[in-house]
Amino acid sequence: MSQINRLPGGQIDRNQTLNFTFDGKSYQGHAGDTLASALLANGVRLMGRSFKYHRPRGVLTAGSEEPNALVELREGARKEPNTRATTAELFGGLTARSQNKIGSLRFDLMAINDRFSNFLTAGFYYKTFMWPAAFWEKIYEPIIRNAAGLGSISLQDDPDAYDRGFLHCDLLIIGAGPAGLAAALTAGRARAQVILADEDFTLGGRLNSERLAFADQSGADWAAQTVAELASLPNVRIMARTTVLGAFDHGIFSALERVSDHLPQPAPGKPRQVLWRIYSKGSLLCAGATERPIAFENNDRPGIMLAGAMRSYANRWAVTPAQRVAVFTNNDDGHRTAADLHAKGVSIAAVIDVRPDAPQSQDYEVIKGGQVINSRGRLGLKSIEVVLPGGATRQLTCGALGVAGGWNPNVHLTSHHRGRPEWLPQIAAFGPPSQGPKTLRIAGAAKGELSTADALRGGADQAASWLGENGFSAAAVELPDAEDAPVSMTPFWAVKGCNRAWLDQQNDVTVKDVKLAHKENFVSVEHLKRYTTLGMATDQGKTSNMGGLAIMAELTGKAIPEVGTTIFRPPYTPTAIGAFAGRDRGTDFRPIRKTPSHAWAEEQGAVFVEVGLWLRAQWFAKAGETHWRQSVDREVRATRESVGICDVTTLGKIDVQGTDAATFLNKIYCNGFAKLAIGKTRYGLMLREDGIAMDDGTAARLAEDHFVVTTTTANAVSVFRHMEFARQCLWPDLDVQLISTTEAWAQYAVAGPNARRLLQKVVDPEFDLSNEAFPFMACANITVCGGLRARLFRISFSGELAYELAVPTRYADAMIRRLMQAGEEFEAVPYGTEALGVMRIEKGHAAGNELNGTTTALNLGMGRMVSKAKDSIGSTLSERSGLNQTDALKLVGLWPVNPANPVPAGSHLMAKGDPVDAAHSQGYVTSACFSPNLGHSISLAYVKSGDSRMGEILRLVSPLTGFDHEVEVVSAHFIDPKGERLRA
Amino acid sequence: MIINHPLLGPRDSAEFTYMGDAKLIDRPDWQAPEALAQFIDYGYMRDNPDGAHRELWYHEQGDRSFLVVTRDTTTHEIFAVELARDVARSRGQSR
Amino acid sequence: MHDLIATTALGAAAPCVDHHGPISLTEEPGFALASIAARRGAERATVLAIRRMIGPTAPKAGHWAGERIIAFWTGPDQWMLEAPYDSDEFLFERAIKEAKGKASVTEQTGAWCRFDLRGTGLAAVMERLCPINMATFIAGSATRTSIDHLGCFVLCRSEDHISIHGPRSCAAALHHSLLTAIRAAF
Repeated sequence: MSQINRLPGGQIDRNQTLNFTFDGKSYQGHAGDTLASALLANGVRLMGRSFKYHRPRGVLTAGSEEPNALVELREGARKEPNTRATTAELFGGLTARSQNKIGSLRFDLMAINDRFSNFLTAGFYYKTFMWPAAFWEKIYEPIIRNAAGLGSISLQDDPDAYDRGFLHCDLLIIGAGPAGLAAALTAGRARAQVILADEDFTLGGRLNSERLAFADQSGADWAAQTVAELASLPNVRIMARTTVLGAFDHGIFSALERVSDHLPQPAPGKPRQVLWRIYSKGSLLCAGATERPIAFENNDRPGIMLAGAMRSYANRWAVTPAQRVAVFTNNDDGHRTAADLHAKGVSIAAVIDVRPDAPQSQDYEVIKGGQVINSRGRLGLKSIEVVLPGGATRQLTCGALGVAGGWNPNVHLTSHHRGRPEWLPQIAAFGPPSQGPKTLRIAGAAKGELSTADALRGGADQAASWLGENGFSAAAVELPDAEDAPVSMTPFWAVKGCNRAWLDQQNDVTVKDVKLAHKENFVSVEHLKRYTTLGMATDQGKTSNMGGLAIMAELTGKAIPEVGTTIFRPPYTPTAIGAFAGRDRGTDFRPIRKTPSHAWAEEQGAVFVEVGLWLRAQWFAKAGETHWRQSVDREVRATRESVGICDVTTLGKIDVQGTDAATFLNKIYCNGFAKLAIGKTRYGLMLREDGIAMDDGTAARLAEDHFVVTTTTANAVSVFRHMEFARQCLWPDLDVQLISTTEAWAQYAVAGPNARRLLQKVVDPEFDLSNEAFPFMACANITVCGGLRARLFRISFSGELAYELAVPTRYADAMIRRLMQAGEEFEAVPYGTEALGVMRIEKGHAAGNELNGTTTALNLGMGRMVSKAKDSIGSTLSERSGLNQTDALKLVGLWPVNPANPVPAGSHLMAKGDPVDAAHSQGYVTSACFSPNLGHSISLAYVKSGDSRMGEILRLVSPLTGFDHEVEVVSAHFIDPKGERLRA
Repeated sequence: MIINHPLLGPRDSAEFTYMGDAKLIDRPDWQAPEALAQFIDYGYMRDNPDGAHRELWYHEQGDRSFLVVTRDTTTHEIFAVELARDVARSRGQSR
Repeated sequence: MHDLIATTALGAAAPCVDHHGPISLTEEPGFALASIAARRGAERATVLAIRRMIGPTAPKAGHWAGERIIAFWTGPDQWMLEAPYDSDEFLFERAIKEAKGKASVTEQTGAWCRFDLRGTGLAAVMERLCPINMATFIAGSATRTSIDHLGCFVLCRSEDHISIHGPRSCAAALHHSLLTAIRAAF
């Protein structure tokens, strides 16, 4: 069987024959075909099964509004379900499968649902699965889940790349039919920057589907010729295969370009699709209109389609769905379909026009005042039953029926700013809202201008008017002499008395369901939608909403505009989630920041941990170490016994300069900085305005008007933002300038009793590092390795004699190697964030676990640091009584009474004898580790009045993990409580 | 959205970080007799208007200016964009 | 003279160069940077200091200017100075000298990596990276924007030459983004 339904003519390339398969069977089509047109050419009408009743279905439309012909395209990881056959561009080797069936497409076992349709009506789920309640989770839900959905996904990673990008234009023209092309020509010739986007792969819209659009040439030829001129203009960007998905604020639109969907797979390096963000000064919607069906009994059989689609298949793709067809119409448009197919040699069974005064034809029978009331043919249309004006019925044999119920403007984008479509009585359809997106104009059929001449004029006029208002001089464009038939419409929505007449074919909503909704008082348009699911499928009811509204209007005795309509939301057509994710997936989800010693750390066997965007060395596993604790314990011991080195570049550094720098820091930190001597560093605690601790760090005074502030790694960005807020919004007249220097300097902590001896080997000899010359908390600009500028800070997070050495980042790699080399004689070790954490817990230093967004300076044991002699952010609100309860949480240390027990973070603390519940919690553990120096676990914890409960035994409980054992409250300073080491 | 930056022209709001009500500029005097009550108002009380709203936007991915943007909360129409520093000065914030 | 060997932002001894289609992508390690921000009330003096270093005009918002030493606008009363590293490693010291206490200067050389895109059709690459309108982003334009979540300075050096300064720690991520965009465009 080969292309038995192919007609002469059309815009396909017959020289290019393409092989493809559908449900495993091989077929041939031509370049220019869609999957739908190629299947029809091969006599295939049955393409899928419906959602609920598993009714056999074929194509209804020839475009993106298609509700029925949804297939799985491609195979393996590229398999994509629910793809519309009507927009899938044919390529050689394409594979497609039908979906939503058990067994074969022709003998779908789930078709049994159709027999039980009386039970599967609207609200079926709500009514049926109410009891017994226990059945829901175990029985009903799995069955429903199994039955729900149409296609199946591959469950493999999508191998294709998705991109996104940004485009700018003066005028965005959405849709390249007659209105869009006329507008683009007008604006293009006026030298405006124009983007012309159309979802189709061939521009021209309905011009490609109409035989008699223009007097002296075919619409398709004029479209091609116009596109060629536009393509020659450097200020016009033509974007075919590009769907404008949504209208956003201030002229921003999103558009999906299908770069590679018409290819077997994307070319190397190329994305499958690109999601563009288009910034437009003006925009013009020329999205055309969608034809609507007429509801009658069994109107969903394969072969029954919209009359305009049938005409598209015949004229553009040279295909007829059957050798003998009929047309059912309520307007003149349907007659065009019959005439066009007849002209291509297709036998016309009859045109059934509901109007008694329908036009006559010399070529085929017209049944005036007739109605199609039923159809036959299990897997495809075989005949229709027509009722004649007198009431007699006739059977007409035909393999396809074109249905023409009028046209609905494609107003979707005009609704994206909450505008409600407004009724256009002359075409009995909803047109664009008067309150649409501010910069969006509308022209052509999307505005209700349904004739070709009106569309051309409308497009040109709207473009010219926009250009005039925006400083372009636009010349009038000569337009072809086009079909200008007056369009008027006497609506006819549904054949009287029909029930199983489909409105929404994708969600299987029938006239009967609307009647039921009415009977149960779900009469508001929003209720109707949700109760019946009308228009809630992936097509957003492009072909179905109007019919449902009209029937509800009739049932309630209201006019359609009184019933109202729901609004459309982005995206205009279903869009792959991958396109929204773009490049932000996998390891590209967000950028990775590497420390300046990263390459060296990798060589040392570092295991990395993500800290924000940073990758930091967590520990350095040595040969023979099989558990992370071995590495960490070794690093801690070696540091405390001799010397260790850690990359601390990730800590935020902010350069604060200006004559008011000290005044500024006085306002940022709760403790005082005005009197800090040059060459000294001070610990600072920063509060939020509500009195909660925000961040801590150090500020080193390098000069009278120059400080370097450090922040925690996690808060580097937010502290900078906070300081800019203070500088610009709170104290705009302070002379202070801020800039981040986090990455300008690579910073290494050198800690341990041999730290000074190690550093003396790299610091140039003119700098005296003795305790007297460079004591604890000193800072200085120095040079190292024979003249490289560097900064040295004598600060300690570990509690050891420690320094932080900063060098220009480009020398960071060389510096870490030099430090390790200099440290060889001391058996210096590199240590990672785990050892860093262990040592700071042993020392009782607070970190992010303690500054957790709920705690104050008082909780941290730093209440007295909050200076009352000055104004600083957070100082006033930190005085609130709620933050100053007598039993406030205080930071303490804990150790287990039985040294074998851990003291895990997150555990709660209970007084002995109290019940274990939230009301009796005495506090909670914030940080915990195994202390290699003490030989057991230790932790930091917040305990109510903890500072006065030293020595008390508490119960540590964790109902989640089952821990319940005794701990003793101790000082948080487990190591060197007097601070002798760091001052050594 | 597009924010028309007073120095840089129209910029995508994606380059900005929203920083809340522009009333945050009006930080009370810490030595006022009712300072605590004023700070509680300042910290917690917001008008949440249906319509024009003055708010702070921080051009974090741009020039790091704080801007005061007057925006309609229902339509997103933007009526005015000012440098927060100028607004702060005009409202008496100094040093 | 110290004996430490510098590495590029991508971590190698030599800069990375890629060619694809009409575009070349070059890692540029040979520049020094210093930020200069006017002290309160010294906006004019700062502009004059910049002029002494770069030439007759200090750049306004959205622009760069200069020859061997250039300056680009980074914020209200703030600029970044850039010069070849070999001749001007101590650019920040020169700026401090010229500022005469009227501006705050901070060395920024190590904070940034720089990649240069050269060739025809750069707009096709840039439109996949950031929201800059390339139709108006002509030679002399400079702005900061977000490229794949990274705050970057983008300078149009000439019609067929754009340079991008990104955070040095993210050099590999930025390089990957740029290369991906070039390959997608051509």
